Amino acid sequence: MRQSLLALLAKEPAHGYELKQALEAIFGSAYPSPNIGQIYVTLGRLEKDGHVRSVGVEQSNRPNKKVYYITAAGLETLQAWAEEPTEGPRVRDEFFMKLVLAPMTGLSDRMALINRQRRHYLSLMRELGELAERTDPGDRVALLLIEGAMLHLQADLDWLERCQEELP
Amino acid sequence: MTTTPAIRAVNLVKIYQSGRGLPVPAVRGVDLTVDPGEFVAIMGPSGSGKSTLIHLLGGLDTRTSGEIWLDGKRADTLSESGWAVLRREKIGFVFQFFNLVTNMTVADNVELPALLGGASPRHARERREYLLGELGLTDRAAAAPAQLSGGEQQRVALARALANQPRLLLADEPTGNLDSRNTRDVLKLLSRVHRQGQTIVLVTHDARVAGLADRVVSLLDGEIVDDGAIVRRRGPGGTAGDVVELRG
Repeated sequence: MRQSLLALLAKEPAHGYELKQALEAIFGSAYPSPNIGQIYVTLGRLEKDGHVRSVGVEQSNRPNKKVYYITAAGLETLQAWAEEPTEGPRVRDEFFMKLVLAPMTGLSDRMALINRQRRHYLSLMRELGELAERTDPGDRVALLLIEGAMLHLQADLDWLERCQEELP
Repeated sequence: MTTTPAIRAVNLVKIYQSGRGLPVPAVRGVDLTVDPGEFVAIMGPSGSGKSTLIHLLGGLDTRTSGEIWLDGKRADTLSESGWAVLRREKIGFVFQFFNLVTNMTVADNVELPALLGGASPRHARERREYLLGELGLTDRAAAAPAQLSGGEQQRVALARALANQPRLLLADEPTGNLDSRNTRDVLKLLSRVHRQGQTIVLVTHDARVAGLADRVVSLLDGEIVDDGAIVRRRGPGGTAGDVVELRG
C-alpha cells in the first residue's frame, strides 16, 4: 500500500479519496478495493517518515481537505522500490509443517492430509476458472492476476504430488 | 431406479514384463465406477499407472486380470476386433501423442470417425466444421498434420475424438502440449460437451482441467489413494480481488 500510494502521488498530488478511486480504476476487479481508513493511516505514516507532505485546502461548507504531495525523500524511496527485484512467493509453510508433524501427533496421517489438501486446491482452481469466465475479456489486469493465481496453484499441486511420492 | 454405469472396473490389474523378464505391476487392483454424464479426472505422479489405466479402459492395452464393463457389457474379454468395433461406436480417445493419420488432411482426420460410425457425409462435415471452429482451427482444415504445431495436433486429436459424439470420451493428458491460450479453448469445449451430458474420463496433471471435473481419482503406485468429488466451497460470485485476498 505504501508504494502504490507513493507511485500515484509521484504522478500528481491528490487527496485520500482520489487515491482510492485511482487504485480502483487501475486494478479494476483484480484487487480488493482499498479501505479509505487504511489509506489515511498509510498517508499519515508516510508523512511522519518524510515521504509525503500535505497542505490543507479550504472548502466551503465542509472541513478542509488535505492534499498530499511527494517529497524528494519519497521519490528516492520509490525509485529504490522500482529498481530492486521483488521477493518471490513463499512456500506454503503452514501446510508443510502439518505434513511433517502430523504423523508424530497420531491425529492424522500424511496420505489423508495430502488428499484433503489436493481436493481443496482443486476446488480453488475451479473457482478461479469460473471467475476467469465471468471476467470481462478486456480487463487484462484482472485476467493476468487470475492466471498468476492459477499458475501458483498448479505449482502447489505439483509440490503436493512430490510430497506424496517422497514422504512415507 | 439404478442407472447402468458408463464404466465399471473391478479389481483391475496390469503387470508388464520388464526387459529382464521381471514382472512390473503398473495397475494393482483398481475398482472404479463412472456414471453416465460424469466427468472424472485421474491424477497422480508419473509412473503411478494413470496412462496404463486409461489405455485399459479404452481397450488399447490388455488387462492382466480383473473385469471391465462398459455400458453394462463385459468388455475385457473382447477380441482386438471386438474392441475396435466398440471404440468406433462408443468411445472417443485422445492420445497423449495424437496418433493422427499423417497422409490425410486435418478435415479428413476429424470426419473419418464420424463416417466410420455411420454418419452421413453432410453431417460429418458439419460436425467437423463445428469442432474445428470451437478449437480455433478452422483455417487449418486443409493442412496435413505434419504442418501443424504440437498444440494444434493435440486439438485436432480432441476434435477427432468428439466427431462421432461418442458415449464415452477418454483422454490422456489432452492439454499436455498446449500453451495457456489454447488450453482455454480446450477447457471451454470440454466443459461445454460435459454440460451436454458427455461422459468424460481423462488423465491430467493440469489442475485447470481437473478443476472442471466432478470428481478426482488419485493414483499412487498403481492404486487408488483418493476418490472424491470436487466441491465448490462458496457459491458463484466474487471478484478476482477476493481470490487474491484469499490466497494472500
